[in-house]
Amino acid sequence: MSAPPVVASRQDSPAPPVVHRRPRRSRLAGVWPYLLVAPTVLGAAYLLLYPLLRSVVISFQHFRTGELIRGGAAFVGLENYQEVLGSDEFWSVVGRTVLWTAVNVVLIMVISTLVALMIARLRKRLQLAVMSALVLTWATPVLAATTIFQWLFQSRLGVVNWLLATLGFESFRGYTWFADGTSTFVILVALVVWQSVPFAALTLYAGLTTIPAELYESARIDGATGWQIFRNVTFPILRPLFGLITSLEVIWVFKCFAQIWAISRGGPDGATTTLPVYAFQVAQSLHKYDLGAAISTLTVLILVACLVTHLRRMLRHEGEQL
Amino acid sequence: MSLRRLPLTLAALSVLVVSVFPVYWMVVTAFKPTRDIQADTPTFWPSHPTLDHFATAVNADGFGLFWRNSLLVTVSAVLAALVVALLAAFAVARMRWRGRRGFILMVFIAQMAPWEALLISMFIIARDTGMLDKLSMLSLIYFMATLPFTIVTLRGFLAAIPPELEEAAQMDGASRVVAFRRVVFPLLAPGLMSTSLFGFITAWNEFAFANALIIKNQDDRTLPVWLSSFSNIFGTDWGATMAAATLFMLPVLLIFLVLQRRVTSGFTAGAIKG
Repeated sequence: MSAPPVVASRQDSPAPPVVHRRPRRSRLAGVWPYLLVAPTVLGAAYLLLYPLLRSVVISFQHFRTGELIRGGAAFVGLENYQEVLGSDEFWSVVGRTVLWTAVNVVLIMVISTLVALMIARLRKRLQLAVMSALVLTWATPVLAATTIFQWLFQSRLGVVNWLLATLGFESFRGYTWFADGTSTFVILVALVVWQSVPFAALTLYAGLTTIPAELYESARIDGATGWQIFRNVTFPILRPLFGLITSLEVIWVFKCFAQIWAISRGGPDGATTTLPVYAFQVAQSLHKYDLGAAISTLTVLILVACLVTHLRRMLRHEGEQL
Repeated sequence: MSLRRLPLTLAALSVLVVSVFPVYWMVVTAFKPTRDIQADTPTFWPSHPTLDHFATAVNADGFGLFWRNSLLVTVSAVLAALVVALLAAFAVARMRWRGRRGFILMVFIAQMAPWEALLISMFIIARDTGMLDKLSMLSLIYFMATLPFTIVTLRGFLAAIPPELEEAAQMDGASRVVAFRRVVFPLLAPGLMSTSLFGFITAWNEFAFANALIIKNQDDRTLPVWLSSFSNIFGTDWGATMAAATLFMLPVLLIFLVLQRRVTSGFTAGAIKG
């Protein structure tokens, strides 16, 4: 749901688990670890695994308002998937989701890299100021940010329109951003990029600080330009970190829901409807819970496909620590 | 020399402005008198600061109630996650057992759970079990959403505490529980604190489930959902809307101020192995 996990998980140090041998209580001692993790396992089973399975089951049933009230949903095989996959609307939503993810992730990665390289070159005081500003942005709650952006881009009193008009773009005086699909899409991209850059930039900067200065010096002595240093020294060393952040951003942007729902509910005219928003619309507004569940399941499948490389890397990383 | 650094300084300043301005604008708007907000040329400094908008926000229908709801849901979820995670983290960091590896893997996968895709089934489950429109359902979901991250972090903190300390206490005749409570727990306090604060932020900000699961009983809404319907509450009163957003952000801001050093030092200490 939020960014901290990745950073925090890096605090692990490979401390070997300790085995206590106390023969007299050995039988009980063998049960202890299982008792300790039992609440976690039960919680995950009921609040994570069960909803996930339930979603899959509903996607194979006929589940509308009637079934919601009376129960007794009948299985209909692949009918829901056929209906979803056969509709043009679904594929245009998929296309929009891919565009949404690509635009956001490319912007986030490029800007974050530039910002991280910039921070590394700053003098102490300005560096601290920029990093604090990024942390402030990162700390801004999603719903506060959506409200602020609606105010910034407000048509008559919004400061963005005032700035654009003052700069000479007269057509923006009183422009209603949220009435047009494309401009709403643009604002949502700006919002998500604004919120995502701090985490990526600060993490990349942390990675940059681990590169020994001697490498840069010797590259510079060899007469390498800034771009050559980045391509041949910085990027290869940080490639795993770039991979990790990119896949995390793909996941976060792809499944982004709150920002879109709070600002546009997928509108106007479906111009900002991505897969998670579409699934919720179909289920909640049209009461087609079965189709919504099928779309959700397809969303998860696409996410898992995106995740496979990331998971594999994480497994290897964890394997070293165990 | 300083001329050569000029582009860099300008870039830094523009990043600074883009990062800070939206939040700054929120706070400034909240303090500006309405006539300044509606002026054709915006003023970038509240020359006549007023608390009127904060008064409007605080006196809005149900404001106190939604604050209470948000606090209740968030605190109960974080406390439950802390206790459950501490047990699991201890088992993972200090004991060797069959299935440990699988358990850790499960926790890591749960950390990336596609919560947004569970909205529909969670709605149906809540409805079937009479948990719709109940704050306790939100508590449960937030508990589960923060739990994996809490386990992973606490495990890291626990692993950093040498087990010899506990062993020494046990050698002196203390039981394992006593050794943990007297020796490890105090050392773990900073870890518990920062973990719970991050959990607090996650739950405090959550919107999607609060929006989907609290439908009929509007008194049980939480702050993010309330804020999302600002145009119904404040109409075009942007001063009050920004005041409400500021008040909503305040606890998170305080937490980040507390954690600021930990966050930046965590980033700079080269904690990332890559």
